[in-house]
Amino acid sequence: MASQFPDRIERTVTLSRPPRDVWQALTTADGLSAWFGEQASIDLRPGGAATMTFAGGMTVDMRVERVEEPAVFAYTWRLPDLPDDDPRRTYVEFTLEPDGDGTLLRVVETGFAQLPVETRRESYDSHSEGWTRELAELAAHVDGA
Amino acid sequence: MAPDLEAIAEQVFVALADPTRRAILAALATDGPSTATDLAARLPITRQAIAKHLALMADAGLITPEPGERRRVRYRLRSAPVQVAQQFLAALANDWDNRLDALQTHLATP
Repeated sequence: MASQFPDRIERTVTLSRPPRDVWQALTTADGLSAWFGEQASIDLRPGGAATMTFAGGMTVDMRVERVEEPAVFAYTWRLPDLPDDDPRRTYVEFTLEPDGDGTLLRVVETGFAQLPVETRRESYDSHSEGWTRELAELAAHVDGA
Repeated sequence: MAPDLEAIAEQVFVALADPTRRAILAALATDGPSTATDLAARLPITRQAIAKHLALMADAGLITPEPGERRRVRYRLRSAPVQVAQQFLAALANDWDNRLDALQTHLATP
């Protein structure tokens, strides 16, 4: 059977503003906090740090990866449900193309099917106490569904 | 690698679909490694039923047996398969549709 495990999310939307406006919304703290999170900070350069705080108070650390104004902006971040010390990250890339007076924006997020922890099984098992909360939350999530 | 991830995630979801196995996994998560007898004392399930589910979940790699006191086998949660399932759920929960709607609304605001 072909794998159903989702590795990639891709969306394309048409926006009414030109790429320079969309670029501001994607790459500035003011822009990001207006539509993405409640609060944002960003050091806009490859390797720069960024953070996003969502409603409810969760803050996600991000790392800026590509800054090619006004065409490509990319970052990596942790999967929101993984513990703080989990090194796996997904890669998010925005591509902006002029489309008449507006912008064709494509977002691609990849890396959900990263090879996990089998090879690091022992070190993970030695920290298993730290994972119990995560499983309880998953179980509660499934229970509540 | 992907088919392996698929199989691992499926085992987690199959395990969690059963209320008895959920109760056993939740008990192991809450209280740490336990024997079938420990679990029977804590859960309203017979020791025989618990032993059957423990064997099934050990085969699936969700828990791992280890030597306990007085030659009793204790079972310990393995977090790795659950992390794979979490990645599957993360892709489902990653809500770009609503985010991009919010971006469109933001940019349409003068």
